[in-house]
Amino acid sequence: MTAAPQIAACPACAVAPMAQAVSADSIPTHEALYLALPGIHCGGCISAVERALMAEPGVNSARVNLTLKRATIEADTGVEPRQLVDALARAGYEARELDGVALSATQTDKQGRALLMRLAVAGFAMMNVMLLSVAVWSGATEATRDMFHWISGAIALPTIAFSAQPFFVNAWSALRVRRLNMDVPISLAIILAAGMSIYETSLGGQHAYFDAALSLTFFLLAGRYLDHRTRSVARSAAEELTALEVPRTLDENGEPIAVVELSVGDRIRVLPGARLPVDGVIVSGNSELDRSLLTGESQPVAAGPDTAVSAGEVNLTGPLIVRVSAAGQDTSLRRMANLVAIAESGRNRYTSLADKAARIYAPLVHTLAFVAFVGWFWASGDARLSMNIAVAVLIITCPCALGLAVPAVATAASGRLFRAGMLVKNATAMERLAQVDTVVFDKTGTLTMGAPELENLAQYSETEMAVACALAEGSGHPLAVALARAASAAGIKPAPVSDITEEPGQGIKGFLNGEIVRLGRPGWVGAVPSQVTATYLKTGDNAPVAFTFCDALRPGARDTIAALSARGLDIVLLSGDVSGAVADVAERVGISAWEAHMLPEDKAARIAILSSAGRKVLMVGDGLNDTAALASAHASISPASALEAARVVSDIVLLGNSLEPVAQAVSVAKSATRRIKENFAIAAIYNLVAIPLALAGFATPLFAALAMSASSISVSLNALRLGRK
Amino acid sequence: MNVLVYLIPISLILGGLALVGFFWALKTRQFDDPDGDSQRFLTEDYDDKPKP
Repeated sequence: MTAAPQIAACPACAVAPMAQAVSADSIPTHEALYLALPGIHCGGCISAVERALMAEPGVNSARVNLTLKRATIEADTGVEPRQLVDALARAGYEARELDGVALSATQTDKQGRALLMRLAVAGFAMMNVMLLSVAVWSGATEATRDMFHWISGAIALPTIAFSAQPFFVNAWSALRVRRLNMDVPISLAIILAAGMSIYETSLGGQHAYFDAALSLTFFLLAGRYLDHRTRSVARSAAEELTALEVPRTLDENGEPIAVVELSVGDRIRVLPGARLPVDGVIVSGNSELDRSLLTGESQPVAAGPDTAVSAGEVNLTGPLIVRVSAAGQDTSLRRMANLVAIAESGRNRYTSLADKAARIYAPLVHTLAFVAFVGWFWASGDARLSMNIAVAVLIITCPCALGLAVPAVATAASGRLFRAGMLVKNATAMERLAQVDTVVFDKTGTLTMGAPELENLAQYSETEMAVACALAEGSGHPLAVALARAASAAGIKPAPVSDITEEPGQGIKGFLNGEIVRLGRPGWVGAVPSQVTATYLKTGDNAPVAFTFCDALRPGARDTIAALSARGLDIVLLSGDVSGAVADVAERVGISAWEAHMLPEDKAARIAILSSAGRKVLMVGDGLNDTAALASAHASISPASALEAARVVSDIVLLGNSLEPVAQAVSVAKSATRRIKENFAIAAIYNLVAIPLALAGFATPLFAALAMSASSISVSLNALRLGRK
Repeated sequence: MNVLVYLIPISLILGGLALVGFFWALKTRQFDDPDGDSQRFLTEDYDDKPKP
């Protein structure tokens, strides 16, 4: 309900473009450096990290924030983040550089602090006025009662003017566009309660509702603050993910340059292991490119001079000089991300449960109060009495419990998911996730790790392994790395191969006992290429040996699929890879419905077909080729290793490596939605009892205070049950 | 009942002091890292001498 006035519902969407805009301004001037410390968890870590950082030359101060798992370092200019990351690695802590500019947008949570301040003032005033009210309820009369009412009023009016501002502002902006949101009845109740109480007090009347106006403000602000905190925690973490991609690359001479400063025609150097920041054409150098994030292909593609490359691809073996053909907003990567924005606007039309409740609720309350006024005026002819009763109806029905019902559950649920390694980015994600009946998975990078693993180690002879291992050790190519890792895990010693050289884009060669040995692409060693991912070893004149690889499954993939099917969900695998690889993975994780050779548009179209058949689809994917599908699905999840564009459109980001939290997310979402509905029921029951009493004119300020507190507390307690399992 | 003349202002002032204290804590960013603060006081770094 809180998002109603500012119509963009998803906070992450609103912020993501902002972070990009900010980072476009300049490169950080290295006064304050930020490091992400995903591994820290205790007081010992704090001191160790701070000590390690302070020991580095040029560091003036270092402060660890354990809540955000982040370190802020003030250092002399010239201190490279790289050097600090290495220092921490030596101390045994994993650290990653964060982009200070992207972070600074949320460094100070001004809005949260302002809300907390208003909440504190409301709480202070509520307690004092409640104290005075107890005296009135317990029988103070005449002059004493009037004096207490006046003091209460003197405390309540300025407090309401200050603390209830967020409600007034929201209500006003909704009314201006002729809409009703939850803030309209809230504001009306607060203003009428305070105004009526002042009027009554000036006439020496019995009933003043200052305490009710204040406790309304207090409870509703508490709900608003919870809501804000859930969102801002998710937002700052989402921004941290964005900030991990530091927007810098190397120019032709190897000097760092900001990506935003590149223009068409510039030449950049892309080292092995680096991701291409722009679209371009290779000028010189040979290498292989990993396109899996863009297309889902698991096989690296050879690249040489005049090969066109696009942003998002990863350079694998040799350094490349690339001439920029499109930069910034024009890259194919960014264009694809823009397409996504269109797909996403469809999802924003989802109406949250709270909004649905508000739509029924607000007109109902206003009608009831109006009926009470007219009815009593007609029966008694006493305007003051009728007004008093109408105000009592408004106060009693005021959605204290409703205001807490959703944020309290959302806070508890996202807290529980965060502990399980998930980041909930979207306010309505839980409700949408609970409705899901079909789950669509991507293959490369989602069900699999996107990193190859050597198959059937036993079928190769020890000499073959020893030679291959010796050659592979010198290379950064993923297949070579996997081969070397498998060999060392099996305890194989590398053979004494000499003069090892890597031919970028082809393979590695060396000499063993005067014979030339080569490991690399089939065409280069003279082998027949096979269907599966493989690299080939040729020793002397022997026939080439193929080392075949499979993509390692993400931990928990099989269990997750099993758990989701056990819940009765349909599971589909859509991949851009070749049929053989897709069928293999589908069989290993236990999915019977799969499709291969899917283009990005095909995936989105497939999801559109499912949706138009009335299915609620959960999309789990990581690549750019999944982005449109992620955005058009009813709910979406991506792993932290996913491309930024994919994470931005996802409702939930998995922070760890395992896929297991996906199943948990679905079950938590279901129970969270159940709690929200229970909370609405609790609020409705209180109203069912209280409204007839108020209409009949029996409601007193004491009764109003009791009903309000009791319903708010029972709703909060019900929400807390969620976090306890 | 005359005692109220003192008691009510006193209760308001005491409550107000707590409110001002809360504002001060908020302004000096003492709520920025609740997890870290609950761990920091356990370290032995400045047990013998105050932090310089």
